Amino acid sequence: MTSVLLEVNGVTLQYKMPRHLVTATYKVDFAVHEGDRYVILGPSGCGKSTILKAVGGFMAPVEGSIRIRGREVEAPGPDRMMVFQEFEQLMPWKTVYQNVIFPMKVTRKFAHNEAVTRANAAIEKVKLTKFRDVYPHMLSGGMKMRVAIARAMALEPDILLMDEPFAALDALTRRTMQQELLSLWDQLRFTVLFVTHSIEEAILVGSRILVLSPHPGRVRAELDAGAFNFNNIDQSEFGAMSKRIHTLLFGDERVSA
Amino acid sequence: MNSEHQNANLREEQRPEFEYELHDSGAIGDIERPLSFVERVLNNEAFQRFMILSVLIAIWELYARWLNNSLLFPTFTETVQTFTHDLRNGVLINRMITSLVTLALGYVCGLALAGLLTTFAVASNIGTRILSTFTAMFNPLPAIALLPLALIWFGLGTPSLVFVIIHSVLWAVALNTLIGFRSVPETLRMSGRNVGLKGARYVGLILIPAAFPSILAGLKIGWAFAWRTLVAAELVFGVSARSGGIGWYIFEARNDLDTPTVFSGLLTVILIGLVVESVVFRAIEARTVNLWGMQR
Repeated sequence: MTSVLLEVNGVTLQYKMPRHLVTATYKVDFAVHEGDRYVILGPSGCGKSTILKAVGGFMAPVEGSIRIRGREVEAPGPDRMMVFQEFEQLMPWKTVYQNVIFPMKVTRKFAHNEAVTRANAAIEKVKLTKFRDVYPHMLSGGMKMRVAIARAMALEPDILLMDEPFAALDALTRRTMQQELLSLWDQLRFTVLFVTHSIEEAILVGSRILVLSPHPGRVRAELDAGAFNFNNIDQSEFGAMSKRIHTLLFGDERVSA
Repeated sequence: MNSEHQNANLREEQRPEFEYELHDSGAIGDIERPLSFVERVLNNEAFQRFMILSVLIAIWELYARWLNNSLLFPTFTETVQTFTHDLRNGVLINRMITSLVTLALGYVCGLALAGLLTTFAVASNIGTRILSTFTAMFNPLPAIALLPLALIWFGLGTPSLVFVIIHSVLWAVALNTLIGFRSVPETLRMSGRNVGLKGARYVGLILIPAAFPSILAGLKIGWAFAWRTLVAAELVFGVSARSGGIGWYIFEARNDLDTPTVFSGLLTVILIGLVVESVVFRAIEARTVNLWGMQR
């Protein structure tokens, strides 16, 4: 049995809008183990991105606790690297290489020489060595996302937090990126907390799936999806899993065929 | 209704499918090829500017020759002759240096103050309110209107000039910088805070470069305001200053009804403006915002 890396206990999250206080999630519990590809899945408005922000340390829960390796999460930190949905997360004034090495320089986690080696290795892993000295505005959406992933991985965080990272990509690129993420995971076995609203993506990418219900976000189910990958996407078990999640999310409404 | 549907389905099924071998696309030449020399020259910004200036100068020269009154409107050639003459005998160089030193002093002080104010302003909500109230109050106030006050406070001379220049630079730059800081995308802010950046390092490593397009716009506006204010201020009390700048050079010439020299002074003001805009700021732009794809 692998050890628990991230513990979320009874977490209620609220944020202030100019005129309202919105409850995003209500008493959410879950635990992410070392090496998990843990997916949080839910319709829009279930507070899944808000949970990720709270784990990232960008907002504090009004109730409950978030612990990483037993330490309470209080502020953003490089032990939890975030990859966002938007392409704007890369610094336009830095080249691919400078973007990747930037967190290592700022945090001084690695000595200079090691940081250089790690940055180059990370860029090679996401197959961008040719574009090492290019500025982000010259890259495609998929490439920018690969840089963001390389930057997060090079720092070797305890956990990688991915907020719908492929949602803004076209369908073909998204498929390639999912495959690349899985093959990277096969090599490095990092822990990732992945937020998505696509059932298919959740089953493909995830080893565990946390299903949330909306308004406010509450845990509906936690499922094991380690058995599914691109090789059995066309098999009936995959379809059954997808249907099961669909039912969990939308009740017994018939799937409109 | 139903039978129509079936017919449609039938038609769908009857349509054959195709798969093609790809044509050889070699006939159209390289997919990407360089533009010809003429095309590149015509697209060149410097060349285009040069053409615009040549046309303007030609119009000037022709009109002045037709008017034939050097006191009212000297020709371009006459202006250039006076300009080179005063450049050679050092008068114009001295005036230029006096003006530029004062200008640099005021500009740099203004920038430093603007940087300090905006850093303070982004730190808290109340700071932002204070700065936006200040800029709303002082930005529309013409620097020249403060000159009488500056003369009372600091007397005739450089300190008064520096004071009004600071006033004209500070608010324009601070306003633009603040707007720039506030429009930095949330994701970029979060990715900065994610790696633990805070305070001055956060401002220096994330906010300033991310807001650079609007900071640069502020620098340009500030520069233009400063230059204008300086020349105008020198015109107002240039007479009594011992070593005047370009403004005084123009003022003196006007007193002597020496219009070609007035023109040569104006030409100098324009030339310095052009050089700073198209050489200094252009170079900064090419190395920063254009390179980073933040501005076309």
